[in-house]
Amino acid sequence: MIDWRPGASQALLLRRAELLARVRAFFAHRAVLEVETPLLCSRGITDPAIEPLCVSGGLSLGGSSRYLQTSPEYAMKRLLAAGSGPIYQICKAFRDGEAGRRHNPEFTLLEWYRPGMDQHALMAEVAALVCACLGEGPWQAFTYRAVFQQCLQLDPFTADLAALQSAARQLTDTGSLAGDRDFWLDLLLTHAVEPWLAGQGLCFIYDYPASQAALARLVERDGHTVGERFELYIDGIEVANGYHELADAAEQRARFEADNRRRQSMGQAERPLDEALLAALEAGLPACSGVALGLDRLLLLASGEADIRRVLAFSWERC
Amino acid sequence: MANFSTNEFRPGLKVMLDGDPCSILENEFVKPGKGQAFNRVRMRNLKTGRVWERTFKSGESLEGADVMDRTMEYLYNDSEFWYFMEPDTFEQHQADAKALGDAYLWLKEQDTCEVTLFNGTPLSVAPANFVELEIVETDPGLKGDTAQGGSKPAKLSTGAVVKVPLFVTTGEVIRVDTRTGEYQNRVSK
Repeated sequence: MIDWRPGASQALLLRRAELLARVRAFFAHRAVLEVETPLLCSRGITDPAIEPLCVSGGLSLGGSSRYLQTSPEYAMKRLLAAGSGPIYQICKAFRDGEAGRRHNPEFTLLEWYRPGMDQHALMAEVAALVCACLGEGPWQAFTYRAVFQQCLQLDPFTADLAALQSAARQLTDTGSLAGDRDFWLDLLLTHAVEPWLAGQGLCFIYDYPASQAALARLVERDGHTVGERFELYIDGIEVANGYHELADAAEQRARFEADNRRRQSMGQAERPLDEALLAALEAGLPACSGVALGLDRLLLLASGEADIRRVLAFSWERC
Repeated sequence: MANFSTNEFRPGLKVMLDGDPCSILENEFVKPGKGQAFNRVRMRNLKTGRVWERTFKSGESLEGADVMDRTMEYLYNDSEFWYFMEPDTFEQHQADAKALGDAYLWLKEQDTCEVTLFNGTPLSVAPANFVELEIVETDPGLKGDTAQGGSKPAKLSTGAVVKVPLFVTTGEVIRVDTRTGEYQNRVSK
């Protein structure tokens, strides 16, 4: 018999509605404008670790295909460059192949941008929003370097490939895994740092290695180049990712091209660059910080459920 | 056999890894906010019984293993092999000592058990959870002692040694839990 019922209880549906209302009240109070941008985009993301879903049938497509957005970042930056001022959006985002206890290929994202704020000011605002949703509580922030030193007694900026591999082999059977420094750093983060963060409540990690800066600005810190990027973890669950946003169009183009070279070397399809975004950066993106926060995960934490499928009316398997 | 990608790894799926058939026990998808996604997979090596965690890059795939469990009747053993028969086809299979492991301690002719076949050959044998076996050797019982407390070793027809209450005697048939090797009760003949 077909299982037509929702995976979430009525109480959780109410909880979700209440969470959305709180988020909107939080931003209304701070005079941040709610916006909407398209879910279907003609330009996809170049990040080699994120795969979009593609829509390829339909008259409106005119023979080409479009991507379901993996985040509304590019479109929102075009609004910022056009003078929108502070903006937020609650929307669906899609990432291919991401499914598990904490992942659903289709999920709800809250993304917002704050002209004039640096990453630390935005971290404080993220903490305020989370407290408004989950209840007041303390929060802490560590650098990426500090958590690696704490959990693994190694310096992620100076440890060589062999040291990272050997630390990984202490944690799990790494079998035939092979990759560069970032690959092993990601393994150490998921296998050692995240379990440690599970006991740390509300915790930010910031100042990522330059190679993991994504769309963040680069700065010099203690002799190392770091990306002004942060991640929020709550009880070890990754909830938000933010940047002091890169505003330099030439640098942005270079990073997109580097992503595509990396994709090519790993046998992945290259992605066309979002020229409209690059033109907007050329015209001038105001200095700002931005963050994307997973609302389904926040609901997971608010409800004490262990599986994301329990907070979604209809998870991937049910629709 | 078909190939299975990490997102198809479900508990119970049998796959080939480093030449050995393995059973998936748990599969957890983990991904840092940005960056490489992994699957942390707990698995059992069906040849050695070893249970451990292996990490895969998400999207990697493994070949399925031709492994199936069959209920069979135990026939007999010679100096080298133990022989089993599929009750519906009467097809016979021979298992070596490695496949048997400790299971030989609980096998009585004509009993049914679970035989795991890998590429058509017995890989492991699991006896029924409860078996009834005759005691061939134990110290004489104390007459009338049916009270609680006190136990003694008893050797069974298969060679297994189990602890039994003092009142149980040689020649009696007892019921044993093969998972723990514990005496359950006497079986009236």
